[in-house]
Amino acid sequence: MGQVVLKGINKFFDSVHAVKDVNLQIHDKEFVVFVGPSGCGKTTTLRMIAGLEAISSGDISIDGNVVNELAPMDRDIAMVFQNYALYPHMSVYDNMAFGLKMRKFEKPEIDKRVREAADILGIGELLKRKPRQLSGGQRQRVALGRAIVRHPRVFLFDEPLSNLDAKLRVQMRVELKKLHQRLGTTAIYVTHDQVEAMTLGDRVVVMKDGLVQQVGEPLELYNQPANKFVAGFIGSPAMNFAAVTVAEANGSLIAENSGLRIKLPKETAQRLRGHVGHEVTLGVRPEDLTVAGSGDLDHPCFDAVIEVVEQLGSEILLDMRVGEGVMVASVEPTARVKVSDKLRFAMRPSGLHVFDAKTEAAI
Amino acid sequence: MIEGARWRKWVFFYVPMALFLLFLLFPFYWMVITSVRPDGELYRPWNSINYNPFWTWKPTWDHVRYLFEETLFASWLWNTTFIALASTAISLVCGVFAGYALSRLNFPFAGSLGTGIFITYLVPQTLLFIPLAEIIRNYRLGDTPWSLILTYPTFLIPFCTWLMMGYFKAVPRELEECARIDGASRWQAMLYIVIPVAIPGILSAGIFAFTLSWNEFIYALVFLSSPEQKTVPVGVTSELIRGDVFFWGPLMAGALLGSIPVAIAYSFFVEHYVAGLTGSVKG
Repeated sequence: MGQVVLKGINKFFDSVHAVKDVNLQIHDKEFVVFVGPSGCGKTTTLRMIAGLEAISSGDISIDGNVVNELAPMDRDIAMVFQNYALYPHMSVYDNMAFGLKMRKFEKPEIDKRVREAADILGIGELLKRKPRQLSGGQRQRVALGRAIVRHPRVFLFDEPLSNLDAKLRVQMRVELKKLHQRLGTTAIYVTHDQVEAMTLGDRVVVMKDGLVQQVGEPLELYNQPANKFVAGFIGSPAMNFAAVTVAEANGSLIAENSGLRIKLPKETAQRLRGHVGHEVTLGVRPEDLTVAGSGDLDHPCFDAVIEVVEQLGSEILLDMRVGEGVMVASVEPTARVKVSDKLRFAMRPSGLHVFDAKTEAAI
Repeated sequence: MIEGARWRKWVFFYVPMALFLLFLLFPFYWMVITSVRPDGELYRPWNSINYNPFWTWKPTWDHVRYLFEETLFASWLWNTTFIALASTAISLVCGVFAGYALSRLNFPFAGSLGTGIFITYLVPQTLLFIPLAEIIRNYRLGDTPWSLILTYPTFLIPFCTWLMMGYFKAVPRELEECARIDGASRWQAMLYIVIPVAIPGILSAGIFAFTLSWNEFIYALVFLSSPEQKTVPVGVTSELIRGDVFFWGPLMAGALLGSIPVAIAYSFFVEHYVAGLTGSVKG
């Protein structure tokens, strides 16, 4: 059982309010990812769950028991740090066995658990080596192994993949997911990489400036972002934003600025009835933009001048100037486009997001 | 690497290094030559014929024999070793714990305490020996090794603490945090994780503390009087310089033999120290 409940968690560092009123229920066996830019409070929250940081106010409970005053070693948790924190003077075996030795496990049991974990992670032949003799990926596996042998109720991960090169990161991401599926232990994962968040999390918690912006399944955050920050943070390349004014024309609503004049689709228009004459922020993902063809006549369209063409192989990213603003579109790799082409683009109606200009909340 | 013409290597590297080595090693060379030079050659004026200051064709062991048979040099060696080892041990233990506390624990006045400890190190021994002499007298420790074993820590502990503080700060906090999550108490985390990782630092602090104790002169001169209790620096200068007569031969032999233990300690530990450094604290 590994249910974690955060109730009204606040953290002050002197006068800095680092974590503001976080409320969250993490279910048993769930993989929850805290994601956000540097300084958003995600690592502080993780450290409070681990017991490495005192809680200024609020309660953290694990399986119904409030653990605020419990020392880290009594919370039955295991943590994997960003720089692995392997004990440099001990062999891989001793690194993994350390926690069990401290808890006075019997030698045969220690041996069994260490070898089991080593098998799962494929580090069986490395048991006698010291950390300095291992590659980055191997060290990371040892750090994972050290956490696994403890059979904890909750795994805590503090940006464990950040120190790996890009290719290894992708590989380890898949392995982590498989590991979680195999072990079924609750996991709380902190990262600044939204790709990791989307691919690993059962649910994702987006944080900014100490506040939780949105909690939900990855696709929910992608399709229905609660505010401009979540919309711009999730998804790569990031969502395009344009400040537009809502106006009425010929009985329907349009959104316009210096470079755009688009007719809003019915459901979007319904939501914006009360915003006529006001400024709002329009959001559309690069993948929801296509070069306008004959079939896109009733989609919102606009003209743009191509400034940069980024050929990725699986897609082409087009950096383009729209009036006074810039936008990025992601089109199929077969599209024939070149710099300074003037093209018409269509927006997929379902991909149109609108945000309040002042509060930035989704409308 | 010095690229370019060969002359550059010579002018900017080999020649300066040779001069530097000459400058550093010359005193040892002089000590060796003087220790084995017979008295006849030692006390000759510089403008006499066949005056050869840098070499002798008739080396002799007389001075060394004199040192060991006519003086208490063996006792002085033993005293110095015992006192240096004991005060180093005391200072290392205190320095390691104090350094850990000051670098890791958050308690009121931690910063001021650290500064205070460092400031006591700055008080010169040439001033401090006066009040210390009074204390030694009151506790009747005069003329015993304990007068030095208990006073050397006054300058060794601040030094060790300061060195260890710097070293512990370089040990990543995550190592201890991980150990604490793994189930180690603070004590166990310190004993099994932090201290082993800081061994190179402890070794350097130990070597420096040993050297400082070995070479210490003022306290040894003031607190010790009987020849059997003296340490090498004090014994060699007080017994082999009588009035204005310098027994150069035994004097240099004593100085040379007195430097050897420290040189050995350095050469042995430096290897270990470097090997320990190239390990990895960054896990």
